[in-house]
Amino acid sequence: MTGTREVLVLVDHADGSVRRTTGELLTIAARLGEPSAVFLGPGIDAAREQLRAYGAAKVYVCDSADVTDYLVVPQVEVLEHLVQRTSPAAVLLPSNPEGKEIAARLAVRTGSGLITDAVDVRAATDADADAGPVTTQSVFAGGFSVQARVTSGTPVITVKPNSATPDETAGPGVEEPVEMTVSDDAKAARVTGREARTSSGRPELTEASIVVSGGRGTGGDFGPVEDLADALGAAVGASRAAVDSGWYPHSYQVGQTGKTVSPQLYVACGISGAIQHRAGMQTSKAIVAVNKDAEAPIFELVDFGVVGDLTTVLPQVSEAIKARKG
Amino acid sequence: MRIVVCVKLVPDATASRSFEPDHTVDRVSVDGLLSELDEYAVEEALRIRDAASEDGEVVAVTMGPQAAADAVRKSLQMGADSGVHVLDEAIAGSDAPATSLVLAATLRKLGADTGPVDLVVCGMASTDGTMGVVPAMLAERLGLPQLTYANQVTVDDSNGAYRVQVRRDSDLATETVEAAAPVVVSVTDQINEPRYPSFKGIMAAKKKPVQTWSLSDVGVDPAEVGLSAAWTAVVSAEARPPRSAGTVVTDEGDGGTRLAEYLVEKKFV
Ligand SMILES: Cc1cc2nc3c(=O)[nH]c(=O)nc-3n(C[C@H](O)[C@H](O)[C@H](O)COP(=O)(O)OP(=O)(O)OC[C@H]3O[C@@H](n4cnc5c(N)ncnc54)[C@H](O)[C@@H]3O)c2cc1C
Ligand SMILES: Nc1ncnc2c1ncn2[C@@H]1O[C@H](COP(=O)(O)O)[C@@H](O)[C@H]1O
Repeated sequence: MTGTREVLVLVDHADGSVRRTTGELLTIAARLGEPSAVFLGPGIDAAREQLRAYGAAKVYVCDSADVTDYLVVPQVEVLEHLVQRTSPAAVLLPSNPEGKEIAARLAVRTGSGLITDAVDVRAATDADADAGPVTTQSVFAGGFSVQARVTSGTPVITVKPNSATPDETAGPGVEEPVEMTVSDDAKAARVTGREARTSSGRPELTEASIVVSGGRGTGGDFGPVEDLADALGAAVGASRAAVDSGWYPHSYQVGQTGKTVSPQLYVACGISGAIQHRAGMQTSKAIVAVNKDAEAPIFELVDFGVVGDLTTVLPQVSEAIKARKG
Repeated sequence: MRIVVCVKLVPDATASRSFEPDHTVDRVSVDGLLSELDEYAVEEALRIRDAASEDGEVVAVTMGPQAAADAVRKSLQMGADSGVHVLDEAIAGSDAPATSLVLAATLRKLGADTGPVDLVVCGMASTDGTMGVVPAMLAERLGLPQLTYANQVTVDDSNGAYRVQVRRDSDLATETVEAAAPVVVSVTDQINEPRYPSFKGIMAAKKKPVQTWSLSDVGVDPAEVGLSAAWTAVVSAEARPPRSAGTVVTDEGDGGTRLAEYLVEKKFV
């Protein structure tokens, strides 16, 4: 049994504000062994309680500013050090660009297999318990479901948001400082500027349980899309056509070269459903579309679709919801 | 400036893609093309070469089966100067660590044969694997800094040495990151508008040199690559059952109301 081995989870946070995905990762870690949070950079005072609440048994802390001043490699060095020190059953990281790159370098450095974009991770069944956890990935724009496992070294796995429901059983969260100095080699790529994006006040796109997205069919007016999102308490997303037209910022793009979302409900408005768009939303639990073209490929995916003009349909939905809520 | 651009031939994403019985991507029954995301890398490499004060060179490098040479050819047609194709039966089924191992060895050989490489440009991800990890692994293997997911690349050569600066969007912020060359850069589809090969470019490409190297040419042991050496194993790959057909209604003045009723019924409201 892997029961007592540690499982390292890289905490995703901004200045100590811990993101929900970390709770999901700690929950998955608890299935595989003993969840240890790895907190890098300044801000542990703000994060401590949250990490305990999410069930961390241990919290490794390296509060060096080097990990935020330089790209990727300092974090790899700390994790490499912890992998050697704790021989964990697995290392789990968030499946965002930086998490994947840290994972990539860590895997090469430790001679370990890497699995990215897992949507589920389970402990192996008894027969091959030594073979490490089994991951599920969704590939080819959601067309295939692949199960895989790491066969060399320490399993390094990046996990997508919404892959587990955070278990709110608190853990002891015993803190252990990691005293190490980051090497000069790790300081080659210096972050010289960082402008935080202004928050829209809506839920974060990749974490939201409902996403309402607009495409070229909005004609540039995202008003009806935003109104519906607000009526539903949802995040707003956009297709690449809408982003390329300058109608909505790139950080809201859903799809192959944007964000992947996996909410309970995805509402596509004026979006045709190109394969690259599907790649970012096809694992949503329920899919709804409003499109005036009955032949649009998005309708192949929907649980509920309306063939109609979004400029009249969306306001009607928003009104009905508001009326119901009173 | 000597620039290497890493390019990959991928199955056409708009065709129906699937797996071979050994769980490797079926690269035979679907037409291959230069990964669209690598076109941005080629374009950026050409722009950096052409903007530099001194003469520069862009070498397109690929690793893959016979057909992968098409990815190099397309790069040459766009304007790259020469190409290298690493071709070896043992490569089939290589995972990202093995791919980065071979590419790193290829870059070392290029450096040793024809002089140091200042910049390596990759796409942000390949459109078939979509892992987006080869650039970081390549940087790790070469011991180089990485400047990845660039929406903008600026090269400053004012002090006799190249400094590379990129702008990138992380989840919560827009960052500027810089490093001294040599560096590995990866670029997003926000960075530029890739050119189409001109007729002149297509003709000129026919005369450009392409070298084909085996694993022994680049000094990689065949036992370290390919499906059998992979550090991960696929346990199963199943086509997802098609989503069961949903309800589609045509708006006759009450489309929004009916959608709202659906949302209420499913407890989203
Ligand atoms: C390498 C690569 C990466 C890509 N990455 C992404 C990605 O990450 N995300 C992404 O989204 N795309 C991506 N794309 C682009 C993708 O191929 C499509 O071009 C894009 O998704 C189309 O956006 P759209 O559906 O908004 O526009 P269109 O395809 O033009 O569809 C607009 C739809 O709106 C409908 N419509 C028009 N007016 C109305 C109205 N008044 N009411 C209701 N419906 C209306 C139309 O019937 C149509 O179906 C990528 C492409 C490539 C090559
Ligand atoms: N076989 C290959 N040959 C050349 N370059 C590659 C190969 N595989 C990946 N790359 C490069 O690495 C980038 C990211 O690939 P990936 O990590 O597979 O998503 C691609 O856009 C290419 O620039």
